[in-house]
Amino acid sequence: MLLEKFKDEVEEILSRYPVKRSALLPLLNLAQREEGFVSEPAMRDIAKVLELTPPQVFETVTFYTMFNLKPIGKFHLQVCKSLMCALVRSDDVVTWISKKLNIVPGQTTADNNFTLSVVECLGSCGTGPMMQVNDDYYEQLTEEKVVRVLDDLARDGNCHLKSGPFMFPTTSGKSR
Amino acid sequence: MAQYETILLKNMEQPGYSGSLEDYERAGGYQALRKVLKDMQPDQVIEEVKKSSLRGRGGAGFPTGVKWGFIPKDHPGPKYLCCNADESEPGTFKDRQLMERDPHQMLEGMAITCFAIGAETSYVYIRGEFRLGAKILEKAVQEAKAAGYLGENVLGTGRTINIFVHAGAGAYICGEETALLESLEGKRGQPRFKPPFPATHGLYQKPTVVNNVETMANIPHIMNKGGEWFAGIGSPPKSCGTRIFCLSGHVNRPGNYEVPMGMPFREFIYDVGGGMRSDKPLKAFIPGGASAPFLTPEHLDVKMDFEAVAMAGSMLGSGGVTVMEEGTSMVWAALRLMEFFYHESCGKCTPCREGSSWLTQILQRIWNKQGRQGDLDLLDELCKNIAGRTICAFGEAEVGPIQSTLKYFRHEYEELIREAEATRPQSKEIPVFTH
Repeated sequence: MLLEKFKDEVEEILSRYPVKRSALLPLLNLAQREEGFVSEPAMRDIAKVLELTPPQVFETVTFYTMFNLKPIGKFHLQVCKSLMCALVRSDDVVTWISKKLNIVPGQTTADNNFTLSVVECLGSCGTGPMMQVNDDYYEQLTEEKVVRVLDDLARDGNCHLKSGPFMFPTTSGKSR
Repeated sequence: MAQYETILLKNMEQPGYSGSLEDYERAGGYQALRKVLKDMQPDQVIEEVKKSSLRGRGGAGFPTGVKWGFIPKDHPGPKYLCCNADESEPGTFKDRQLMERDPHQMLEGMAITCFAIGAETSYVYIRGEFRLGAKILEKAVQEAKAAGYLGENVLGTGRTINIFVHAGAGAYICGEETALLESLEGKRGQPRFKPPFPATHGLYQKPTVVNNVETMANIPHIMNKGGEWFAGIGSPPKSCGTRIFCLSGHVNRPGNYEVPMGMPFREFIYDVGGGMRSDKPLKAFIPGGASAPFLTPEHLDVKMDFEAVAMAGSMLGSGGVTVMEEGTSMVWAALRLMEFFYHESCGKCTPCREGSSWLTQILQRIWNKQGRQGDLDLLDELCKNIAGRTICAFGEAEVGPIQSTLKYFRHEYEELIREAEATRPQSKEIPVFTH
């Protein structure tokens, strides 16, 4: 079982709350980090640990957009399309990615490496256009930068262009 | 550009400041917590915050000290503090910087708040996408615990103050305080009907205070320098202190700027933010995040305080200022925001759930030049039937962009509908189908 593998972490999460059900989102996050999506066996596991019925878990999972109910690619490219990013041409970012990877939003590449999604505001409006790839933010995107990020990720599984702790504008007044 | 004395961003503006406990202590950090625990009673802390006139920085602008004062003092069971770090109002990105660059500042504010309201346990509800922020905060909590600022027996006083970081999972509505509580309880994040208010029936139906990250970050400074000092900054008597405004859109220098409240938008956009990015003039701006109705160039001299922006027909909200240049279609802008609200409506109240879908569809057809005569009246009517008829403020928020663009830029809608009418195939006879 998934949760047995993370026994200590699960115990620690449960200890934070006086009511077990509060641990639901943290445990779902844990399950998704491990498997890449929230599987039915994981949901049943979690239900058992929290003394909930499986439907109680499922009804909660479906409310939150970050939970994937199906497996997705190794890297989840999420491009912000809300107004603030759209003003600085976030729609172009989607086009650049589509052109490079030959997929449209909602699709995964044949090698299972990339899934492309278009999402709502990720709280990075001053540094748009931007995208989130798994845990990391990539900001102030240009076509060149997007291509480099995708190449680096495909080759090394990592890319140093990701954002560090947010500071914008920098004290020197220059962009980072 | 003129320089303004910053309070919240001051530490992180120093070169090399890492946000570690060591750096924070060197900058005078945790002195306020020491002072409060040693010399003050909880009531005195609340009084001092009331004196400061600090108002919530999340969006609603409710006076923080008054909110704390609502917590029943004689309540026998546990009380809770929740720090709202679900920053997801489009146009707003200040809390992210506060958490990632100077996490101890808000943690100290939370510890002082816990003392003031008598809470032993508090949670930071951080939006799920902020993985970096959550990691930084978790590390900061461990540092503070090891140094005796958090945990059991804080600074030797025998008092327990625990802070836990709780990540959400991608739902805008969880920034609404009662939806946040529902989500923290492991349920669908749907707002609760008020009353009862969280002050008496909050997390697990216990007395609870929910405060924004920036609000929390202000507390240590108010404790150090006094409520009167804070009340003298900005635009007294009602909009005191500085505020971190987030500038985005078609400007030269987008980003977070901490300025005294009450600065005119013109100065903020043109002096602080470096003005428009091209030679196209400003066409419209959003003064306080996606929920705030649009304003136009004639409002540029409005002061950035709660009352002045409300008088101008919008709201200061979360402090997200988005600027749009000439040439930006206002119908398109309203549609983009409406798509956001349609996606994020939690589905609890019928007017919002169904209305957001209808509004989106009507805007889409107008934008795609398929609009019909009467569509604008339909939009007006729908908006009136949503605002004020929902449990939370989402209803008012979603109609703001449409109502304001209809008010100031109605001709753009009419133009698109006229084009649609002109290009629509006109059939003279109604076809009769016979078998």
